Amino acid sequence: MNEPMEKVFGHPVSLKNVQTHFCPGCQHGTIHRLVAEAIDHFGVQQRTIGVASVGCSVFLYGYFDIDVVEAPHGRAPAVATGVKRVHQDRIVFTYQGDGDLAAIGTSEIIHAANRGEKMTVIFVNNTTYGMTGGQMAPTTLPGQRTVTSPYGRDVGVDGYPIRMAELLSVLEGTAYVARVAVNSPKNLLQAGKVIRRAFEYQVENRGFSFVEVLSACPTNWGMNPLKANERVESEMIPYFHLGTFKDIAG
Amino acid sequence: MGAIAAGCRYYFGYPITPQSDIPEYMSRELPRLGGVFIQAESEIASINMLLGASASGARGMTSSSSPGISLKQEGLSYMAGSELPGLIVNICRSGPGLGGIDASQGDYFQSVKGGGHGGYHLIVLAPHSVQEMYDLTILGFDLSDRYRVPAMLLGDSVIGQMKEALVPHPYEAPELPAKDWAVTGKGGRSEQKIVKSLFLGDGELEAHNWRLHDKYRLLKENEVRYEGVDLDDAELVVTAFGSTARIAKTAISMARREGLKVGLLRPITLFPFPEKAFAAVTARCKRVLCIELNAGQMVEDVRLSVTRDADVHFYGRPPGAGSLPTPEELLEQIRKYYKD
Repeated sequence: MNEPMEKVFGHPVSLKNVQTHFCPGCQHGTIHRLVAEAIDHFGVQQRTIGVASVGCSVFLYGYFDIDVVEAPHGRAPAVATGVKRVHQDRIVFTYQGDGDLAAIGTSEIIHAANRGEKMTVIFVNNTTYGMTGGQMAPTTLPGQRTVTSPYGRDVGVDGYPIRMAELLSVLEGTAYVARVAVNSPKNLLQAGKVIRRAFEYQVENRGFSFVEVLSACPTNWGMNPLKANERVESEMIPYFHLGTFKDIAG
Repeated sequence: MGAIAAGCRYYFGYPITPQSDIPEYMSRELPRLGGVFIQAESEIASINMLLGASASGARGMTSSSSPGISLKQEGLSYMAGSELPGLIVNICRSGPGLGGIDASQGDYFQSVKGGGHGGYHLIVLAPHSVQEMYDLTILGFDLSDRYRVPAMLLGDSVIGQMKEALVPHPYEAPELPAKDWAVTGKGGRSEQKIVKSLFLGDGELEAHNWRLHDKYRLLKENEVRYEGVDLDDAELVVTAFGSTARIAKTAISMARREGLKVGLLRPITLFPFPEKAFAAVTARCKRVLCIELNAGQMVEDVRLSVTRDADVHFYGRPPGAGSLPTPEELLEQIRKYYKD
């Protein structure tokens, strides 16, 4: 009667069992795990190459047990293009923050998406530059105070937060574009599914997939983790709507 | 052609005069060979695509001209820091700014002294003929792979647009170190491959930089290339690189016909610079005339390399339409400094 029990939950194989350097309440660790679970789900750890960006996520190679190339600030989609064109049968993903992807790297992300590069982009939007100390990002919300918008983001001067998922979804080259959050169990489960689907698109060689993940940055928002999590719900999601903006499979 | 002969199958570039013949040729030839040609959205993207392809273990290249090369400096610094090989062709035009599309040697400093941030070097090769464009392209790939230092082929619109006979020697691949550092996906390996230029550990970055500089020292010891013409009895040594050396050669043969004992020392590798060759030749001949199509750049390296008692003269004009010197113009300079 001693049937071997099926293991239904464990530490992802693709994720190293180490402590992260992230601040308390930061959601990078959670998002890393979801990405690792997706890689494990498709059994592609041994043929996955990550492209790290500049910012808090630069230490990708310290957490993922995969091959990693480090890209200059904003250039991860161009670097990943070079990697994927050489290794067409590998799984290539970039992991970028909002300053990296939506400011200095706007050109690279739009054109990689437009070329329909068969890669996956994980875009972590926490409305601020985390590593450099909480400056205003292209995604900083109207009125949000940061160290470079001390009076609050004035849209008349600073412009508007960019909705990258919506922007990319209108490009013919994109196959799958979605936005998720990890601030509640429900959203977390959905985020896991969406990230898995984004990798599925690449595993099936169907095209460019993009997942924007709303994330909390308690340290730079000057909030405790719980309050920061609430802010994702009360301020971010009303502006950055969750959902799937493009899915060529319907 | 040299690149394709050398097995380069990845080209990433962006249109800019006067080098657009290269992407045009590559866009036609590479797909036929199963290679990849991408016209990138910018010079910045193309150098980073090269970074990615190179990190993946492929032999790749990009090409551009001066303003575009300025945009590539960030990527070049990252490639240098990440020890990634690759060939960058710079068919120089005149500057600063938008400048003009005429032949120029105004980017010697940018090419030889680092260009981007962080105190690195590129291997810099200066062809003075179509044959050398071909041969040095191949050499550039091989040296770059051997030392894991990006290589730049520095030409100008005269060399870049020149039509002349070429013998496309078949490529004989030298024995090169395996690219066991490249990312491929772990594929069952226990250790990760990480290509990066960030080193935050205590003393880590300094050690990394010393290692890079050790390679630059090895390049200086082993890979200097130059051409010497009529140096044995020379009373005046002319030095010039690239297309200017080509014109200087004509001027020197004119001078020889006049009975003037003039020789040429033409650096082919601008980095590593032929320091020892200059020291050796100026141990005997104390007069040097450096000719450049700029207001004086390589002449600084010449002055640092010659013996202390040698006189280094300079003749050059800032680049721009009509500033390419004629052989007669250079002959006049040769006569002037020969007498001194």
